[in-house]
Amino acid sequence: MNLWNKLMCYSRRHSPWLFHMNGGSCNGCDIELIASLTPRYDAEQLGVRLEGSPRHADILCITGPITNNAVNAIKTVYDQVCGPKAVIAIGSCPATTNVFIESRTLAGPLSKHIPVDVFVPGCPPRPDAIILGVAKAAEILAERAGKKLPIAPVVMPLVGPGCGGACACGNSAEAKTEEKPQEVAQ
Amino acid sequence: MNLITALARLLIFPGLLFAVPAAWFFLWVERKAVARMQGRIGPPFMQPFFDFIKLLGKSTPPRTGIGGLLMRAWPFIAVSAAAGAVGLLPVLPASGGFQGDLILLLALLELPSMCIIAAGFSSGSIFGEIGSAREAVLSVSYNIVFLLAIVSIAASQHTFSLAALAHQSASPLRWLGVIAILVCLPAKLHLNPFSLPNAEQEIYSGPMTEYAGPELAMWELSHGLEWVAATGLVATLAAPVFTLWWVAALVFVALCFAIVLLLSAVAAATARLQIDTTVRFYWQCTMIFAVLAVASALFMRLRA
Repeated sequence: MNLWNKLMCYSRRHSPWLFHMNGGSCNGCDIELIASLTPRYDAEQLGVRLEGSPRHADILCITGPITNNAVNAIKTVYDQVCGPKAVIAIGSCPATTNVFIESRTLAGPLSKHIPVDVFVPGCPPRPDAIILGVAKAAEILAERAGKKLPIAPVVMPLVGPGCGGACACGNSAEAKTEEKPQEVAQ
Repeated sequence: MNLITALARLLIFPGLLFAVPAAWFFLWVERKAVARMQGRIGPPFMQPFFDFIKLLGKSTPPRTGIGGLLMRAWPFIAVSAAAGAVGLLPVLPASGGFQGDLILLLALLELPSMCIIAAGFSSGSIFGEIGSAREAVLSVSYNIVFLLAIVSIAASQHTFSLAALAHQSASPLRWLGVIAILVCLPAKLHLNPFSLPNAEQEIYSGPMTEYAGPELAMWELSHGLEWVAATGLVATLAAPVFTLWWVAALVFVALCFAIVLLLSAVAAATARLQIDTTVRFYWQCTMIFAVLAVASALFMRLRA
């Protein structure tokens, strides 16, 4: 790997620009994503910028259980993001459709429609967990551009109190104390 | 010898070799200052450089036909115009060679915003068109004040030559003009009270909506160079006269830095105005002072 490639990988890891898309979310994960940019968490220290246009973004952040109405929009926006790109599924909904499972208005989970790189579980996930997920996705982005290998999706660990108990994941604040970081290859 | 001096000015200081790192530095100072004022830590020092490199390595959507060609050309025209404007600044005493004047500098400073308008319309995106329309309205509003300020400075000092202006001591009327230019700078640089054209999250990214990869990197660079050129213009007009060239260069850089801090503080402390409020601000409130400045400059000139 020559110097230019090294610099490119380093830059990709240090400058993840996000595009946020709501796939029928209850707005819980959305406000947590915004909270990760606010003064308390300040994701801009990692070079994160929330972009207005999907053309500018490197990482697509998708929340919500992917309703029938949202599917085509999500596919369009995924195609509009210029490569190399990564996708983060924020919250339990895009990963499993959560408590809305088997609803006739849903087309989820997200991985049925577009390749997902990082799952950030939680209902909603804490801002620290989202920032951790973004950092992981930026790493994947840099690796992908360097080696051109397909990389298996990563499930991030639950951070902090994690699940508010609304979802079916069984990870309510009391039950999840023994939660360990895990990387699951699907 | 003249050719070498001119080339050195265009390529080294205050030209490209100084201007490109300075552009990244000013972009960083802007983001950092806004972050500090919001109680955040803000981006690391090399952030705009990393952003630039990363954007160079991204792919661009396929563009076909004349429209696509034009879309690719606009950012490069904008970057060359802004770099040319920076190269014209008379920071170092020029010993012959090509010397531009205020009018050429103004034209080169205006070209990037023309390119932004054209880029938004040629992108075919509805958000790009809204952004371009806003940029056009904004440019008609602040440019009247901007040009009147320049005219009043030139009339009060009897010259349009930049080098001559830089080596004359400032008159009170010149300070009035400098303040009028400072009032126009947030609109020229799309900063917060007047960040209408690229209004983030409101109309996606305005004229930049369809741009990606290296083209977007060029837009970022041209924005940074506009920062250097615009603050450099104010610093040139406001700086006291020094005989030692390195003192002049240091004072120039320090003044530019102070102006960037001031503009970032204003940007962090204000919210975006509506387009009609912005136009009213420039046409009703600021215009009166600009007209007064020009009138008194001409009057003093007639009396002298």
